[in-house]
Amino acid sequence: MKPFRYETATDPAAAVDLLSRRPRAAFLGGGTNLVDLMKLGVEVPEMLVDVSRLPFDEITETEDGGLRVGATVRNSTLAVHPLVRRRYPVLSQALLAGASPQLRNLATIGGNLLQRTRCTYFQDIGKPCNKRRPGSGCPARSGIHRDLAVLGASQHCVATHPSDMAVALTALDATVHCVSAEGTRTLPVAELHRLPGDAPERDTVLEHGELITAVELPPPAPAARSAYRKARERASYAFALASVAADLRVSDGTVQHVRLAFGALAAKPWRARAAEAALVGQPATEESFGRALDQELAAAEPLRDNGYKIPLARRLAVAVLTDLAGADEGGAR
Amino acid sequence: MRSTEGTGCADTTTALTLHINGERQERTVDNRTSLLDLLREDLRLTGAKKGCDHGQCGACTVLLDGRRVNSCLLLAVAADGTEVTTVEGLADGDALHPLQEAFLAHDGFQCGFCTPGQICSGVAAIAEAAEGWPSAVTPDGVPDGPVELSGGEVRERMSGNICRCGAYVNIIDAVREAAR
Repeated sequence: MKPFRYETATDPAAAVDLLSRRPRAAFLGGGTNLVDLMKLGVEVPEMLVDVSRLPFDEITETEDGGLRVGATVRNSTLAVHPLVRRRYPVLSQALLAGASPQLRNLATIGGNLLQRTRCTYFQDIGKPCNKRRPGSGCPARSGIHRDLAVLGASQHCVATHPSDMAVALTALDATVHCVSAEGTRTLPVAELHRLPGDAPERDTVLEHGELITAVELPPPAPAARSAYRKARERASYAFALASVAADLRVSDGTVQHVRLAFGALAAKPWRARAAEAALVGQPATEESFGRALDQELAAAEPLRDNGYKIPLARRLAVAVLTDLAGADEGGAR
Repeated sequence: MRSTEGTGCADTTTALTLHINGERQERTVDNRTSLLDLLREDLRLTGAKKGCDHGQCGACTVLLDGRRVNSCLLLAVAADGTEVTTVEGLADGDALHPLQEAFLAHDGFQCGFCTPGQICSGVAAIAEAAEGWPSAVTPDGVPDGPVELSGGEVRERMSGNICRCGAYVNIIDAVREAAR
Protein backbone atom coordinates (compact mmCIF):
# COMPACT_ATOMS: atom_id res chain seq x y z
CA MET A 1 0.00 0.00 0.00
CA LYS A 2 1.26 3.48 -0.84
CA PRO A 3 1.63 5.99 2.03
CA PHE A 4 -1.23 8.46 2.37
CA ARG A 5 -2.27 11.35 4.53
CA TYR A 6 -5.20 11.02 6.88
CA GLU A 7 -7.57 13.73 8.06
CA THR A 8 -10.59 13.43 10.32
CA ALA A 9 -13.44 15.58 9.10
CA THR A 10 -15.49 17.28 11.78
CA ASP A 11 -17.75 19.22 9.46
CA PRO A 12 -18.93 18.41 5.94
CA ALA A 13 -17.83 21.69 4.36
CA ALA A 14 -14.22 21.11 5.38
CA ALA A 15 -14.36 17.52 4.14
CA VAL A 16 -15.71 18.62 0.77
CA ASP A 17 -13.12 21.39 0.55
CA LEU A 18 -10.23 19.00 1.23
CA LEU A 19 -11.33 16.68 -1.56
CA SER A 20 -12.17 19.44 -4.01
CA ARG A 21 -8.59 20.68 -3.85
CA ARG A 22 -7.09 17.19 -4.30
CA PRO A 23 -8.08 15.03 -7.26
CA ARG A 24 -6.44 11.98 -5.69
CA ALA A 25 -8.02 12.25 -2.23
CA ALA A 26 -10.92 10.05 -1.15
CA PHE A 27 -13.59 10.00 1.53
CA LEU A 28 -13.27 7.16 4.04
CA GLY A 29 -16.43 5.69 5.58
CA GLY A 30 -16.30 2.28 7.24
CA GLY A 31 -13.49 1.30 4.91
CA THR A 32 -14.68 -2.26 4.31
CA ASN A 33 -14.36 -1.85 0.54
CA LEU A 34 -11.97 1.10 0.17
CA VAL A 35 -9.27 -0.25 2.51
CA ASP A 36 -9.51 -3.62 0.81
CA LEU A 37 -9.09 -1.98 -2.61
CA MET A 38 -6.08 -0.05 -1.26
CA LYS A 39 -4.49 -3.33 -0.16
CA LEU A 40 -5.08 -4.66 -3.68
CA GLY A 41 -3.56 -1.54 -5.24
CA VAL A 42 -6.81 -0.76 -7.07
CA GLU A 43 -7.29 2.48 -5.12
CA VAL A 44 -4.21 4.61 -4.46
CA PRO A 45 -5.40 7.77 -2.68
CA GLU A 46 -2.88 10.40 -1.60
CA MET A 47 -5.15 11.38 1.27
CA LEU A 48 -8.08 9.83 3.13
CA VAL A 49 -10.63 12.21 4.60
CA ASP A 50 -12.40 10.21 7.29
CA VAL A 51 -16.07 11.21 7.18
CA SER A 52 -17.27 8.39 9.44
CA ARG A 53 -17.36 10.70 12.47
CA LEU A 54 -19.40 13.46 10.85
CA PRO A 55 -22.66 14.11 12.71
CA PHE A 56 -24.72 12.05 10.25
CA ASP A 57 -25.35 9.04 12.47
CA GLU A 58 -29.04 9.49 13.23
CA ILE A 59 -32.20 7.81 11.98
CA THR A 60 -35.13 10.22 12.28
CA GLU A 61 -38.75 10.30 11.17
CA THR A 62 -39.51 13.00 8.63
CA GLU A 63 -42.55 15.30 8.80
CA ASP A 64 -44.31 13.41 6.02
CA GLY A 65 -43.95 10.06 7.80
CA GLY A 66 -40.82 8.89 6.01
CA LEU A 67 -37.42 8.16 7.45
CA ARG A 68 -34.14 10.05 7.12
CA VAL A 69 -31.03 7.94 7.56
CA GLY A 70 -27.70 9.69 8.10
CA ALA A 71 -24.89 8.60 5.80
CA THR A 72 -22.63 7.41 8.62
CA VAL A 73 -25.23 5.13 10.20
CA ARG A 74 -23.78 1.63 10.19
CA ASN A 75 -25.50 -1.06 8.12
CA SER A 76 -26.25 -3.19 11.19
CA THR A 77 -27.83 -0.26 13.04
CA LEU A 78 -30.22 0.45 10.17
CA ALA A 79 -31.06 -3.24 9.66
CA VAL A 80 -32.28 -3.74 13.22
CA HIS A 81 -33.98 -0.36 13.70
CA PRO A 82 -37.57 -0.98 14.89
CA LEU A 83 -39.12 1.48 12.39
CA VAL A 84 -37.22 -0.09 9.50
CA ARG A 85 -38.25 -3.61 10.52
CA ARG A 86 -41.88 -2.55 10.89
CA ARG A 87 -42.36 -0.17 7.94
CA TYR A 88 -39.70 -1.18 5.43
CA PRO A 89 -39.09 -4.93 5.92
CA VAL A 90 -37.55 -5.15 2.43
CA LEU A 91 -34.76 -2.81 3.56
CA SER A 92 -34.05 -4.67 6.81
CA GLN A 93 -34.01 -7.98 4.92
CA ALA A 94 -31.70 -6.65 2.20
CA LEU A 95 -29.23 -5.30 4.76
CA LEU A 96 -29.22 -8.54 6.73
CA ALA A 97 -28.65 -10.50 3.51
CA GLY A 98 -25.47 -8.51 2.81
CA ALA A 99 -21.91 -9.27 3.92
CA SER A 100 -21.24 -10.57 7.46
CA PRO A 101 -22.17 -9.19 10.90
CA GLN A 102 -18.60 -7.89 11.36
CA LEU A 103 -18.67 -6.03 8.04
CA ARG A 104 -22.18 -4.66 8.63
CA ASN A 105 -20.96 -3.20 11.93
CA LEU A 106 -18.29 -1.18 10.11
CA ALA A 107 -19.94 -0.38 6.78
CA THR A 108 -21.79 2.94 6.51
CA ILE A 109 -24.93 3.66 4.51
CA GLY A 110 -23.14 6.15 2.26
CA GLY A 111 -20.25 3.76 1.74
CA ASN A 112 -22.56 0.87 0.93
CA LEU A 113 -24.01 2.89 -1.96
CA LEU A 114 -20.55 3.81 -3.24
CA GLN A 115 -18.89 0.40 -3.02
CA ARG A 116 -17.23 -0.80 -6.21
CA THR A 117 -17.91 -3.87 -8.32
CA ARG A 118 -16.43 -7.22 -7.27
CA CYS A 119 -15.59 -8.14 -10.88
CA THR A 120 -12.43 -10.29 -10.76
CA TYR A 121 -10.67 -8.20 -13.38
CA PHE A 122 -11.44 -4.89 -11.67
CA GLN A 123 -9.84 -6.19 -8.47
CA ASP A 124 -6.71 -7.58 -10.15
CA ILE A 125 -4.27 -4.82 -11.12
CA GLY A 126 -2.35 -7.29 -13.30
CA LYS A 127 -5.29 -7.45 -15.72
CA PRO A 128 -6.84 -4.94 -18.11
CA CYS A 129 -10.09 -3.32 -16.96
CA ASN A 130 -11.87 -0.35 -18.49
CA LYS A 131 -13.40 0.61 -15.15
CA ARG A 132 -10.04 0.69 -13.37
CA ARG A 133 -7.87 1.79 -16.31
CA PRO A 134 -10.00 3.36 -19.05
CA GLY A 135 -9.16 2.10 -22.51
CA SER A 136 -7.26 -0.98 -21.34
CA GLY A 137 -9.99 -3.40 -22.39
CA CYS A 138 -12.49 -5.76 -20.77
CA PRO A 139 -11.34 -9.37 -20.43
CA ALA A 140 -14.59 -10.31 -18.66
CA ARG A 141 -16.67 -10.44 -21.84
CA SER A 142 -14.75 -13.48 -23.04
CA GLY A 143 -13.40 -14.54 -19.64
CA ILE A 144 -14.88 -15.03 -16.18
CA HIS A 145 -18.32 -13.42 -16.19
CA ARG A 146 -20.69 -15.85 -14.45
CA ASP A 147 -21.47 -13.20 -11.81
CA LEU A 148 -21.66 -10.26 -14.20
CA ALA A 149 -24.30 -8.17 -15.92
CA VAL A 150 -27.09 -9.28 -18.24
CA LEU A 151 -28.85 -5.90 -18.40
CA GLY A 152 -27.56 -2.47 -19.39
CA ALA A 153 -23.96 -3.53 -20.01
CA SER A 154 -21.75 -2.22 -22.81
CA GLN A 155 -18.86 -3.36 -24.98
CA HIS A 156 -16.60 -1.66 -22.46
CA CYS A 157 -17.86 -3.11 -19.19
CA VAL A 158 -20.14 -5.85 -17.84
CA ALA A 159 -19.65 -5.14 -14.11
CA THR A 160 -22.50 -5.48 -11.62
CA HIS A 161 -23.15 -3.33 -8.58
CA PRO A 162 -22.78 -5.54 -5.49
CA SER A 163 -25.05 -3.80 -2.96
CA ASP A 164 -28.17 -5.49 -1.57
CA MET A 165 -29.27 -2.39 0.34
CA ALA A 166 -29.30 -0.22 -2.79
CA VAL A 167 -31.75 -2.62 -4.46
CA ALA A 168 -34.23 -2.22 -1.60
CA LEU A 169 -33.75 1.57 -1.57
CA THR A 170 -34.42 1.67 -5.32
CA ALA A 171 -37.66 -0.26 -4.95
CA LEU A 172 -38.69 2.06 -2.11
CA ASP A 173 -38.17 5.25 -4.18
CA ALA A 174 -35.57 6.49 -1.70
CA THR A 175 -33.54 9.64 -2.37
CA VAL A 176 -29.91 10.56 -1.66
CA HIS A 177 -28.91 13.91 -0.14
CA CYS A 178 -25.50 15.19 -1.18
CA VAL A 179 -23.30 18.20 -0.53
CA SER A 180 -20.49 19.56 -2.71
CA ALA A 181 -18.57 22.80 -3.19
CA GLU A 182 -21.48 23.91 -5.42
CA GLY A 183 -24.10 23.35 -2.73
CA THR A 184 -26.55 20.59 -1.92
CA ARG A 185 -28.68 18.39 -4.13
CA THR A 186 -31.10 15.50 -3.77
CA LEU A 187 -31.52 12.74 -6.31
CA PRO A 188 -33.36 9.42 -6.47
CA VAL A 189 -31.25 6.38 -5.49
CA ALA A 190 -32.41 4.94 -8.83
CA GLU A 191 -30.49 7.74 -10.59
CA LEU A 192 -27.34 7.60 -8.45
CA HIS A 193 -25.55 4.79 -10.29
CA ARG A 194 -24.65 4.89 -13.99
CA LEU A 195 -24.77 2.26 -16.67
CA PRO A 196 -21.27 1.87 -18.11
CA GLY A 197 -21.73 3.11 -21.68
CA ASP A 198 -18.32 4.30 -22.87
CA ALA A 199 -17.28 5.64 -19.44
CA PRO A 200 -17.36 2.63 -17.08
CA GLU A 201 -14.82 4.32 -14.79
CA ARG A 202 -17.67 6.47 -13.47
CA ASP A 203 -19.87 4.32 -11.21
CA THR A 204 -22.19 7.14 -10.16
CA VAL A 205 -23.31 10.60 -11.21
CA LEU A 206 -21.57 12.15 -8.18
CA GLU A 207 -18.70 14.54 -8.85
CA HIS A 208 -15.32 14.23 -7.13
CA GLY A 209 -15.70 15.81 -3.71
CA GLU A 210 -19.46 15.38 -3.60
CA LEU A 211 -20.43 13.79 -0.28
CA ILE A 212 -23.54 11.75 0.55
CA THR A 213 -25.00 13.10 3.80
CA ALA A 214 -28.24 11.10 4.09
CA VAL A 215 -30.68 8.73 2.47
CA GLU A 216 -34.37 9.54 2.74
CA LEU A 217 -37.21 7.04 2.55
CA PRO A 218 -40.67 8.28 1.56
CA PRO A 219 -43.56 7.11 3.75
CA PRO A 220 -44.37 3.45 3.09
CA ALA A 221 -47.01 2.93 0.37
CA PRO A 222 -50.33 2.47 2.18
CA ALA A 223 -51.21 -1.16 2.87
CA ALA A 224 -48.34 -2.45 0.73
CA ARG A 225 -46.14 -5.36 1.75
CA SER A 226 -42.48 -5.66 0.89
CA ALA A 227 -39.78 -8.33 0.80
CA TYR A 228 -36.25 -9.02 -0.42
CA ARG A 229 -34.97 -12.30 -1.74
CA LYS A 230 -31.43 -13.16 -2.78
CA ALA A 231 -29.98 -16.16 -4.60
CA ARG A 232 -26.31 -16.95 -3.98
CA GLU A 233 -23.92 -19.87 -4.11
CA ARG A 234 -23.98 -20.55 -0.38
CA ALA A 235 -26.57 -19.95 2.32
CA SER A 236 -24.95 -16.84 3.75
CA TYR A 237 -22.13 -14.33 3.35
CA ALA A 238 -21.87 -14.24 -0.44
CA PHE A 239 -22.73 -11.73 -3.12
CA ALA A 240 -25.96 -12.19 -5.03
CA LEU A 241 -26.21 -14.08 -8.31
CA ALA A 242 -29.57 -12.36 -8.58
CA SER A 243 -31.78 -10.65 -6.05
CA VAL A 244 -35.15 -8.94 -6.00
CA ALA A 245 -36.80 -6.26 -3.87
CA ALA A 246 -40.56 -5.93 -4.15
CA ASP A 247 -43.27 -3.73 -2.67
CA LEU A 248 -46.81 -4.82 -3.53
CA ARG A 249 -50.43 -3.98 -2.72
CA VAL A 250 -53.20 -6.23 -3.94
CA SER A 251 -56.91 -5.56 -3.54
CA ASP A 252 -59.69 -7.93 -4.63
CA GLY A 253 -57.12 -10.03 -6.44
CA THR A 254 -55.85 -7.10 -8.51
CA VAL A 255 -52.45 -5.41 -8.35
CA GLN A 256 -52.96 -1.85 -7.09
CA HIS A 257 -49.35 -0.85 -6.51
CA VAL A 258 -46.05 -2.53 -7.31
CA ARG A 259 -42.40 -1.54 -7.07
CA LEU A 260 -39.80 -4.00 -8.24
CA ALA A 261 -36.00 -3.85 -8.44
CA PHE A 262 -33.31 -6.41 -9.26
CA GLY A 263 -29.81 -6.73 -7.87
CA ALA A 264 -26.73 -8.34 -9.45
CA LEU A 265 -28.08 -8.03 -13.00
CA ALA A 266 -26.57 -4.65 -13.96
CA ALA A 267 -24.12 -1.90 -13.01
CA LYS A 268 -26.95 -0.33 -11.02
CA PRO A 269 -29.94 -1.60 -9.06
CA TRP A 270 -32.35 -2.44 -11.89
CA ARG A 271 -35.74 -0.86 -11.42
CA ALA A 272 -38.21 -3.04 -13.34
CA ARG A 273 -40.43 -0.26 -14.65
CA ALA A 274 -41.72 -2.22 -17.64
CA ALA A 275 -42.89 -5.04 -15.39
CA GLU A 276 -44.45 -2.55 -12.96
CA ALA A 277 -46.38 -0.82 -15.75
CA ALA A 278 -47.54 -4.17 -17.10
CA LEU A 279 -48.82 -5.33 -13.70
CA VAL A 280 -50.93 -2.49 -12.34
CA GLY A 281 -54.61 -3.38 -12.74
CA GLN A 282 -53.79 -6.99 -13.62
CA PRO A 283 -54.76 -10.08 -11.61
CA ALA A 284 -52.22 -10.88 -8.89
CA THR A 285 -51.44 -14.35 -10.21
CA GLU A 286 -48.27 -16.24 -11.03
CA GLU A 287 -49.24 -16.09 -14.71
CA SER A 288 -49.48 -12.30 -14.89
CA PHE A 289 -46.36 -11.88 -12.74
CA GLY A 290 -44.50 -14.17 -15.14
CA ARG A 291 -45.73 -12.33 -18.23
CA ALA A 292 -44.69 -8.96 -16.80
CA LEU A 293 -41.26 -10.31 -15.87
CA ASP A 294 -40.79 -11.69 -19.38
CA GLN A 295 -41.46 -8.20 -20.74
CA GLU A 296 -38.89 -6.70 -18.40
CA LEU A 297 -36.22 -9.32 -19.02
CA ALA A 298 -36.65 -9.32 -22.82
CA ALA A 299 -33.96 -6.62 -22.84
CA ALA A 300 -31.39 -8.96 -21.28
CA GLU A 301 -28.23 -9.73 -23.26
CA PRO A 302 -26.48 -12.64 -21.60
CA LEU A 303 -22.87 -13.60 -22.21
CA ARG A 304 -21.62 -17.20 -22.60
CA ASP A 305 -21.85 -18.15 -18.90
CA ASN A 306 -24.37 -15.86 -17.23
CA GLY A 307 -27.61 -16.60 -19.08
CA TYR A 308 -28.82 -18.59 -16.04
CA LYS A 309 -29.43 -15.24 -14.34
CA ILE A 310 -32.47 -14.50 -16.50
CA PRO A 311 -34.68 -17.45 -15.45
CA LEU A 312 -33.26 -17.16 -11.92
CA ALA A 313 -34.28 -13.50 -11.62
CA ARG A 314 -37.67 -14.26 -13.16
CA ARG A 315 -38.41 -17.08 -10.73
CA LEU A 316 -37.18 -15.09 -7.74
CA ALA A 317 -39.46 -12.19 -8.65
CA VAL A 318 -42.49 -14.37 -9.38
CA ALA A 319 -41.99 -16.19 -6.07
CA VAL A 320 -41.64 -13.00 -4.05
CA LEU A 321 -44.65 -11.33 -5.69
CA THR A 322 -46.75 -14.48 -5.27
CA ASP A 323 -45.81 -14.71 -1.59
CA LEU A 324 -46.62 -11.05 -1.02
CA ALA A 325 -49.93 -11.34 -2.87
CA GLY A 326 -50.84 -14.47 -0.90
CA ALA A 327 -50.03 -12.82 2.39
CA ASP A 328 -52.18 -9.87 1.36
CA GLU A 329 -55.16 -12.05 0.50
CA GLY A 330 -54.72 -13.87 3.80
CA GLY A 331 -55.21 -10.55 5.56
CA ALA A 332 -52.04 -11.15 7.57
CA ARG A 333 -51.38 -7.46 7.74
CA MET B 1 -10.26 19.15 11.63
CA ARG B 2 -7.31 17.34 13.13
CA SER B 3 -4.30 17.54 10.88
CA THR B 4 -1.01 15.76 10.61
CA GLU B 5 0.47 18.87 9.06
CA GLY B 6 3.04 20.79 11.07
CA THR B 7 3.22 18.32 13.94
CA GLY B 8 6.85 17.57 13.29
CA CYS B 9 6.20 13.96 12.28
CA ALA B 10 5.97 12.77 8.72
CA ASP B 11 2.61 13.69 7.24
CA THR B 12 1.74 10.06 6.64
CA THR B 13 1.74 9.15 10.33
CA THR B 14 -0.79 9.95 13.03
CA ALA B 15 -0.78 9.98 16.84
CA LEU B 16 -3.66 8.10 18.39
CA THR B 17 -4.99 6.81 21.69
CA LEU B 18 -6.77 3.50 22.08
CA HIS B 19 -8.12 1.65 25.09
CA ILE B 20 -7.24 -1.96 24.53
CA ASN B 21 -8.50 -4.57 26.99
CA GLY B 22 -8.91 -1.78 29.52
CA GLU B 23 -5.43 -0.30 29.08
CA ARG B 24 -4.79 3.09 27.56
CA GLN B 25 -2.33 2.91 24.69
CA GLU B 26 -0.79 5.88 22.92
CA ARG B 27 1.00 5.33 19.66
CA THR B 28 2.07 7.16 16.53
CA VAL B 29 1.33 4.93 13.59
CA ASP B 30 1.93 4.87 9.88
CA ASN B 31 -1.52 5.68 8.46
CA ARG B 32 -1.45 2.40 6.52
CA THR B 33 -1.43 0.30 9.71
CA SER B 34 -4.53 -1.82 10.20
CA LEU B 35 -5.86 -2.24 13.71
CA LEU B 36 -4.92 -5.92 13.34
CA ASP B 37 -1.28 -5.11 12.59
CA LEU B 38 -1.15 -2.62 15.46
CA LEU B 39 -2.47 -5.28 17.84
CA ARG B 40 -0.21 -8.06 16.63
CA GLU B 41 3.02 -6.34 15.63
CA ASP B 42 3.18 -3.40 18.01
CA LEU B 43 1.18 -4.42 21.08
CA ARG B 44 2.07 -8.11 20.82
CA LEU B 45 -1.53 -9.15 21.21
CA THR B 46 -1.31 -12.06 18.79
CA GLY B 47 -4.69 -13.63 19.60
CA ALA B 48 -6.45 -12.00 16.65
CA LYS B 49 -5.11 -13.71 13.54
CA LYS B 50 -4.33 -12.58 10.00
CA GLY B 51 -6.07 -15.15 7.85
CA CYS B 52 -7.11 -13.56 4.56
CA ASP B 53 -6.42 -9.89 5.42
CA HIS B 54 -9.43 -8.99 3.24
CA GLY B 55 -12.39 -9.25 5.62
CA GLN B 56 -13.48 -12.62 4.30
CA CYS B 57 -12.41 -15.12 6.98
CA GLY B 58 -13.17 -13.46 10.33
CA ALA B 59 -9.97 -14.68 12.06
CA CYS B 60 -9.14 -11.05 12.94
CA THR B 61 -12.46 -10.35 14.67
CA VAL B 62 -12.26 -8.09 17.74
CA LEU B 63 -14.82 -6.00 19.61
CA LEU B 64 -14.77 -2.26 18.89
CA ASP B 65 -16.82 -0.37 21.49
CA GLY B 66 -18.55 -3.71 22.08
CA ARG B 67 -19.32 -4.45 18.43
CA ARG B 68 -17.58 -7.17 16.46
CA VAL B 69 -15.51 -5.96 13.50
CA ASN B 70 -12.85 -7.24 11.11
CA SER B 71 -9.70 -5.59 12.47
CA CYS B 72 -7.86 -6.23 9.19
CA LEU B 73 -10.09 -3.76 7.29
CA LEU B 74 -10.11 -1.10 9.98
CA LEU B 75 -7.28 1.41 9.79
CA ALA B 76 -5.82 1.96 13.26
CA VAL B 77 -6.15 5.73 12.77
CA ALA B 78 -9.88 5.30 12.15
CA ALA B 79 -10.18 3.51 15.52
CA ASP B 80 -8.68 6.45 17.46
CA GLY B 81 -10.46 6.91 20.78
CA THR B 82 -12.29 3.59 20.77
CA GLU B 83 -12.30 0.73 23.24
CA VAL B 84 -11.01 -2.50 21.76
CA THR B 85 -11.49 -5.93 23.31
CA THR B 86 -9.43 -8.80 21.93
CA VAL B 87 -9.61 -12.45 22.88
CA GLU B 88 -6.88 -11.72 25.46
CA GLY B 89 -9.29 -9.38 27.24
CA LEU B 90 -12.22 -11.76 27.64
CA ALA B 91 -11.10 -13.79 30.64
CA ASP B 92 -11.48 -12.45 34.17
CA GLY B 93 -8.02 -13.18 35.57
CA ASP B 94 -7.67 -16.96 35.52
CA ALA B 95 -11.41 -17.47 35.03
CA LEU B 96 -12.14 -18.01 31.36
CA HIS B 97 -15.10 -16.32 29.67
CA PRO B 98 -18.14 -18.66 29.58
CA LEU B 99 -17.80 -18.95 25.79
CA GLN B 100 -14.14 -19.92 26.12
CA GLU B 101 -15.20 -22.62 28.61
CA ALA B 102 -17.91 -23.77 26.22
CA PHE B 103 -15.40 -24.06 23.34
CA LEU B 104 -13.27 -26.33 25.58
CA ALA B 105 -16.27 -28.38 26.73
CA HIS B 106 -17.54 -28.89 23.17
CA ASP B 107 -14.17 -29.23 21.45
CA GLY B 108 -15.01 -26.23 19.26
CA PHE B 109 -11.70 -26.22 17.38
CA GLN B 110 -8.99 -28.33 15.85
CA CYS B 111 -5.96 -26.28 14.77
CA GLY B 112 -7.15 -23.25 16.72
CA PHE B 113 -6.18 -20.59 14.18
CA CYS B 114 -9.71 -19.25 13.72
CA THR B 115 -10.67 -19.72 17.39
CA PRO B 116 -9.91 -16.23 18.78
CA GLY B 117 -11.99 -14.71 15.99
CA GLN B 118 -14.74 -17.28 16.48
CA ILE B 119 -14.88 -16.56 20.21
CA CYS B 120 -14.92 -12.75 19.86
CA SER B 121 -17.56 -13.08 17.16
CA GLY B 122 -19.59 -15.51 19.27
CA VAL B 123 -19.52 -13.22 22.31
CA ALA B 124 -20.97 -10.43 20.17
CA ALA B 125 -23.46 -12.74 18.44
CA ILE B 126 -24.86 -13.77 21.83
CA ALA B 127 -25.12 -10.12 22.91
CA GLU B 128 -26.84 -9.09 19.65
CA ALA B 129 -29.43 -11.85 19.97
CA ALA B 130 -30.05 -10.87 23.60
CA GLU B 131 -30.63 -7.27 22.43
CA GLY B 132 -33.24 -8.52 19.99
CA TRP B 133 -31.26 -7.97 16.78
CA PRO B 134 -32.83 -10.10 14.04
CA SER B 135 -30.73 -12.04 11.53
CA ALA B 136 -31.49 -13.03 7.94
CA VAL B 137 -33.14 -16.22 9.22
CA THR B 138 -35.20 -14.65 12.02
CA PRO B 139 -38.88 -14.90 11.02
CA ASP B 140 -40.55 -11.56 10.29
CA GLY B 141 -43.10 -10.30 12.70
CA VAL B 142 -41.47 -11.77 15.78
CA PRO B 143 -42.04 -9.47 18.72
CA ASP B 144 -39.17 -7.28 19.83
CA GLY B 145 -37.12 -8.99 22.49
CA PRO B 146 -34.34 -11.54 22.78
CA VAL B 147 -33.92 -13.92 19.83
CA GLU B 148 -33.45 -17.56 20.81
CA LEU B 149 -30.28 -18.95 19.26
CA SER B 150 -31.38 -22.02 17.34
CA GLY B 151 -28.81 -23.93 15.32
CA GLY B 152 -29.94 -22.07 12.22
CA GLU B 153 -29.62 -18.71 13.94
CA VAL B 154 -26.06 -19.50 15.09
CA ARG B 155 -25.04 -20.70 11.61
CA GLU B 156 -26.29 -17.45 10.05
CA ARG B 157 -24.91 -15.19 12.78
CA MET B 158 -21.48 -16.86 12.71
CA SER B 159 -21.23 -16.91 8.90
CA GLY B 160 -18.52 -14.24 8.96
CA ASN B 161 -16.09 -16.70 10.59
CA ILE B 162 -14.57 -19.47 8.50
CA CYS B 163 -13.11 -22.65 10.05
CA ARG B 164 -11.05 -24.60 7.54
CA CYS B 165 -10.80 -27.59 9.92
CA GLY B 166 -14.58 -27.77 9.80
CA ALA B 167 -15.26 -27.64 13.54
CA TYR B 168 -18.56 -25.88 12.86
CA VAL B 169 -20.81 -28.47 14.50
CA ASN B 170 -19.03 -28.11 17.82
CA ILE B 171 -18.69 -24.33 17.49
CA ILE B 172 -22.47 -24.09 17.11
CA ASP B 173 -22.97 -26.22 20.23
CA ALA B 174 -20.51 -24.06 22.18
CA VAL B 175 -22.21 -20.79 21.19
CA ARG B 176 -25.66 -22.18 21.98
CA GLU B 177 -24.55 -23.39 25.38
CA ALA B 178 -22.91 -20.10 26.31
CA ALA B 179 -26.07 -18.27 25.24
CA ARG B 180 -28.25 -20.20 27.70
